[in-house]
Amino acid sequence: MEKIHMNIDGKDIETTSDRTILEAARENGLRIPSLCNEQRMEPYGACRICLVEVEGARGLLPACYTTVTDGMVVRTATDELMRIRRTILELILSDHPKDCMTCESTGNCELQDLAYEYGVKDHRFRGEEHHYEVLADNPLIERDYDKCILCGRCIRICREVQGVGVYDFVNRGFDSVPGIPYNKPMMESPCEFCGQCVSTCPTGAIISIPSKGKGRTWQVEKVRTTCPYCGCGCQLDLHVRDGEIVEVSSPVMVGPGQGNLCVKGRYGYPFVHHEDRLTRPLIRKGGELVPAGWEEALETVSKHLRKAMDGKGPDSIAFLSSARCTNEENYLLQKLARAVVGTNNVDHCARL
Amino acid sequence: MSTDGKTKLVLGYGTCGIAAGAAAVKEALESELATGKYDAYLDIAGCMGFCFREPIVEVTQADGKSVVYGDLTAKRVPQLLEALAAGEVIEDWVVRRSDDPDAGEGDFLSNQHRIVLRNCGNINPESIEEYIATGGYDAARKVLNSMTPEEAIDEVGMSGIRGRGGAGFPTGTKWGFARKAKGDQKYLVCNADEGDPGAFMDRSVLEGDPHSVIEGMIIAGYAIGATQAYIYCRAEYPLALKRLDIAIAACHEMGFLGKGIFGTDWDFDIRIKKGAGAFVCGEETALIASIEGKRGMPRPRPPFPANEGLWGKPTNINNVETLAAIPWIIAKGGDKYASVGTEKSKGTKVFCLAGKVRRSGLAEVPMGYTLRQVIFDVGGGVREGKEFKAVQMGGPSGGCLPASLLDTLVDYDAITATGAIMGSGGMIVADSSTCMVDLARYFLSFTQEESCGKCVPCRIGTKRMLEILTRICAGEGEAEDMERLEVLAADIKAGSLCALGGTAPNPVLTTLKYFRDEYEDHILRGKCTAGVCPALITLRIREDICTGCGACAKVCPVEAISGEKKEPHSIDADTCIRCKLCLSRCPEEAIYAE
Amino acid sequence: MTNSIEDLEEADCILAIGSNTTEGHPIVGLRIKRAVMRDDCKLIVAEPRHIRLCYYAQQWLRHRPGSDVALLNGMMNVILSEGLEDEEFIRERCEGFKEFKKVVEEYTPERAAEICGVEADDIRRAARTFATADSAAIVYAMGITQHTTGVDNVLSLANLAMLTGNLGKEGAGVNPLRGQNNVQGACDMGALPNVFTGYQPVTDAAVRDRFEHAWDVDYLPGNPGLTLMEMMDGAHKGDIDVLYIMGENPVISDPDVEHLKEALDKVDFLVVQDIFLTETARYADVVFPAASFAEKEGTFTNTDRRVQRVRKAIEPPGEARDDSWIIAQIASRLEYDMGDVSAPRVMDEIASLTPSYGGVSYARLEEGAITWPCPDAGHPGTPILHIEKFTKGKGLFSPVEYKPPAEMPDEEYPLILTTGRLLTHYHTGTMTRRVRELDELVPRNRVWVNPADAERLGVEEGQEVAVQSRRGAIKLEARVTEKVGEGVVFVPFHFGESPANALTNPALDPVAKIPEYKVAAVRILTGKSMAGIEYSISTI
Repeated sequence: MEKIHMNIDGKDIETTSDRTILEAARENGLRIPSLCNEQRMEPYGACRICLVEVEGARGLLPACYTTVTDGMVVRTATDELMRIRRTILELILSDHPKDCMTCESTGNCELQDLAYEYGVKDHRFRGEEHHYEVLADNPLIERDYDKCILCGRCIRICREVQGVGVYDFVNRGFDSVPGIPYNKPMMESPCEFCGQCVSTCPTGAIISIPSKGKGRTWQVEKVRTTCPYCGCGCQLDLHVRDGEIVEVSSPVMVGPGQGNLCVKGRYGYPFVHHEDRLTRPLIRKGGELVPAGWEEALETVSKHLRKAMDGKGPDSIAFLSSARCTNEENYLLQKLARAVVGTNNVDHCARL
Repeated sequence: MSTDGKTKLVLGYGTCGIAAGAAAVKEALESELATGKYDAYLDIAGCMGFCFREPIVEVTQADGKSVVYGDLTAKRVPQLLEALAAGEVIEDWVVRRSDDPDAGEGDFLSNQHRIVLRNCGNINPESIEEYIATGGYDAARKVLNSMTPEEAIDEVGMSGIRGRGGAGFPTGTKWGFARKAKGDQKYLVCNADEGDPGAFMDRSVLEGDPHSVIEGMIIAGYAIGATQAYIYCRAEYPLALKRLDIAIAACHEMGFLGKGIFGTDWDFDIRIKKGAGAFVCGEETALIASIEGKRGMPRPRPPFPANEGLWGKPTNINNVETLAAIPWIIAKGGDKYASVGTEKSKGTKVFCLAGKVRRSGLAEVPMGYTLRQVIFDVGGGVREGKEFKAVQMGGPSGGCLPASLLDTLVDYDAITATGAIMGSGGMIVADSSTCMVDLARYFLSFTQEESCGKCVPCRIGTKRMLEILTRICAGEGEAEDMERLEVLAADIKAGSLCALGGTAPNPVLTTLKYFRDEYEDHILRGKCTAGVCPALITLRIREDICTGCGACAKVCPVEAISGEKKEPHSIDADTCIRCKLCLSRCPEEAIYAE
Repeated sequence: MTNSIEDLEEADCILAIGSNTTEGHPIVGLRIKRAVMRDDCKLIVAEPRHIRLCYYAQQWLRHRPGSDVALLNGMMNVILSEGLEDEEFIRERCEGFKEFKKVVEEYTPERAAEICGVEADDIRRAARTFATADSAAIVYAMGITQHTTGVDNVLSLANLAMLTGNLGKEGAGVNPLRGQNNVQGACDMGALPNVFTGYQPVTDAAVRDRFEHAWDVDYLPGNPGLTLMEMMDGAHKGDIDVLYIMGENPVISDPDVEHLKEALDKVDFLVVQDIFLTETARYADVVFPAASFAEKEGTFTNTDRRVQRVRKAIEPPGEARDDSWIIAQIASRLEYDMGDVSAPRVMDEIASLTPSYGGVSYARLEEGAITWPCPDAGHPGTPILHIEKFTKGKGLFSPVEYKPPAEMPDEEYPLILTTGRLLTHYHTGTMTRRVRELDELVPRNRVWVNPADAERLGVEEGQEVAVQSRRGAIKLEARVTEKVGEGVVFVPFHFGESPANALTNPALDPVAKIPEYKVAAVRILTGKSMAGIEYSISTI
């Protein structure tokens, strides 16, 4: 890739010729606002928030879509650009509910952030607003197209990343809106419930039902961890509030999934809080498993191990370790088998 | 023209003719001629341009003299044939006669300069032989056999022709880009997605002379290195599609399309892709998306289609009118074409005259004509002798120009300087009965409806502008509305993704510029001077003229008109819904709006 | 995986064989789909079922379950006879080519076609596509390994990769997809009967010495221990007195459940350490309540050898404790002090004893994942294996003959049962079936039956049927679909109320001891003939 030099807002930067203006800016710590752009997808150029002025170019260019060239001089915050951005935001807000108080995405809403940053209140361009029915036709994903800003991210991530293409735009002009062909419910569509659309929606138009009302972004602690399901090893952020996991997301462009998850990774966490969780050791007494204290349980087990070790010998004991447990736990269990008990009878279900 | 000693009847059989009743006329002619009573035969042709007099028949005698008759009906056919047999001319029906070309409506044609329309109305568009007889496909043969692609591009470049789809980009340069672009496969696309209200140039060419477009495509394909081409034509043009099908099939038979065309080793083929009539698909990138089977939505440029077009391959897109001119340019020479027109706008431009113009139809004029020449000399001025008020150039993307700008030249730059655009060639003439606010509202409602919805300025911005215009027309305008319109218009123009949004505010901006007083009348004075906007007019009956016939009261849907028989009637303004039915019904023209 | 998940997007051709990737490994599936959609990668899917990946494939080879070796030998026969092999790679980096070639020469596409049911010309086309690609990757999962010929299958894939020079470079490789979050890690950590951490053999005295020294014990056994299936057999025979199970649920996941339940019954003392009272835990004498992944610190190693952090987000419920604490407690009661068993400290111990994990530390993991081999703190990790040379010297071609599955359909049991996963559920269902929303999406088990078979059997969509093998029978709903071929039925194994593994064949691969989950002979019963069949492993 060719190295090039360019200038953004007076700052000389070096980048490579495969970058867009937006990427080059981001990599150099310069922020150009945008709404329809997301790193997991191809650029789209629809929201017009990232328009910039490029010296010598006819008209304004979308930073997300325009690749850099050597010697390019870019201005990102001229009076005209700021004015256009404000107008665009005002126009979006003129057909957007003002229910940030109860909106699931408050605090995690790119539209809200920009409206705040640009000090935009909606007053100049009031007019017709859309009022769609909220669609909750499945257990996981709720769609409220009143809040849709038509950035196309849900449509594109489903098509470009997930390779499924559940949605596309329907209708034209002011009445354009994402939809499932023939307005079918999601359960009857090819949807795989990966929630990639939820993860990319910049507003509260597509949300996860299980996490509704369970915590604002600033009320939760996000703990980065690794998915407990298959071997892909996707990175998860567990959103924790008051000791409860209320949502799972995945950091964009991090780990094998790059922010994408499957239905299990994104929605498979509530088992952790299931009432069936074991909370006390159990010991079989009179044929029944009954709750017991740790001391008694540990003693009972040690006693039997000791008995077998001393009796038939260590090889009469076998350990099944777990592909579900951590490396450290697996290590310790085989150490227990080998160093403490003295047997190589340790295996796990790698083959199953 | 040879007629084999017989009288030749050529019936205008384009959509305009058929819409006016040419099918019935054809049937009548065929059955009369079948009797064998007349020494004449019938052929068809596309639109001759005289749409305002359709159905039309051109009668060419064995001696070469011809007369064009208009306003035909099936009933009039026997009378026409009798007259022919008797060697008479029915003067009342004459549109044009070859022995006095300027007489009657003849100057409509003689004031034109026909290059693109050279064959329209003159040959049978369903006969490749007739096209070949005019020298058709000679240019393609010449290019493929004796010119390099670069030479062909140079010839087109020398002609100075600019894209006739509206943007006016030099065609030779555009071909050069596609030629130079790297790619294992390149495509050529003919943009026949004509969508401006009141524009029908492309349709007329495709219906009247499809082979000239195909020949232009063969040349363009060779020049840029594309072996596969598409014609993107709207499905609402069934006749054009049918004639293209016939023409393409004939070309395959003749070896003009397919493998190794014209005896060379060059392969070239054309597929037709029917569009579903979305206006935005006239935009290059939306058109490409549509061919690819996606929703017709534009994407930002660059990258331009010349580098990344159809299926990601280098693609050149030309308009029908541009391509139809190419064979002529190759045959006659680029310099010949460049000798017509102005310094920066060469050749001719086809216009569709519509609206309140007297001769609505298809006209091709040299660049450099004034708008006045086009509208008055060719178009015959305003209907019913009313006063010219404005002309909307370039359809919904264009602008509305007042009488004071009638001497503007037909020239890309001159027209752009006024705030309008050359566009694809729609010219809609307005007279004093046209409300300019309402006209702007109409065009904006069109673009709003046709917006693809992708970018915010176009999707919501034009909607808000439309709402403002709608309320002005409804008499609910606010003093700040004109400023709101101007602010929105500026940001929509600068901020929109494609030209649809980028030009959508033009009708509003030009009417605000040239007819600001009408906006002020609506907003500040509560008046629609043209008497169009229902909320702002009052219908009255002139007592001195009203004869009390009661015709108005009979049609009034809300019973707002009362009066004794034979006594002057009156309208109750509170009940009246200003539908104007009475106004159109009154035999005395006693009802007026104010 | 020899290559990384990301690296799949670099491939010009991908052969996905025995992997329902989009459901079993959805995120790897995304990479494959993107390679196809964005970069015109040619995808060949070899799979008895019509899986979602087939929609993206240039070619779908519907081979008979258990005929992988024949199919692959057929492809390699074409490659050799058409001169498409990578001569230089074979010459410079491999050995055993001659013997291998002799066997493959016997497998003309026509002969292979007869065995695997794929047209000879389709085998040719796939062979050419694979061999002529600049880089071609192989992706496989349990559809390859869960056979009595599992090792043969894997060796055949290695043969194909070496034959075409598709190892040690970008967009290539032999890439097994591990079914569970930490199968790779459990193996790496020596939770295997024959090796310590990092695959260091227990039979190697020098290795044992090192571990004895590090663990401060006098003696470590040098005889390889029992594999899981051998343990169960041992229990049956009365050789195993105490079975200690941490975080596994063999009652659902193991083949021939009846046999296994008997084994558990026979064990004197069964300890189960888990987060739920699983089907297996119900047999236990003592159950330890463990912490879930969200309740502890640690690391998982994913299928492309990436070591990544697990972090504690919440407290375990009630008195549940993490597994490390429990293990250390047992150890200390057996008079062994494991010392500090906090995860970072244990990782340091692992790193000190495991060359491939030598550079792994919690401090480094804070910066991001580390892909082993990573021998020291300065090493960047190794996303692609075998770049210059194979880790173990020369790549060895293995002559592999086709062997039929252990149990083939016959008059009595005329259908082939194959088992596998669904996207929405996971393994034995312990977790996903306790997520109400997921269980709503797919609430019940179904057996997939080809319409032709369904018609012959008089089975309709949604009808309750029984599937019976020589080992057991289950009742479930029928799904009539062309996604399975004629003569084949499919049952997912997530459902305790109708466990597929009541039917599967416990016949093992002689080397890897993997049971043949993917092929068993079964029959379908309807109506009155189902009487008496009532499967009841208590559901979750």
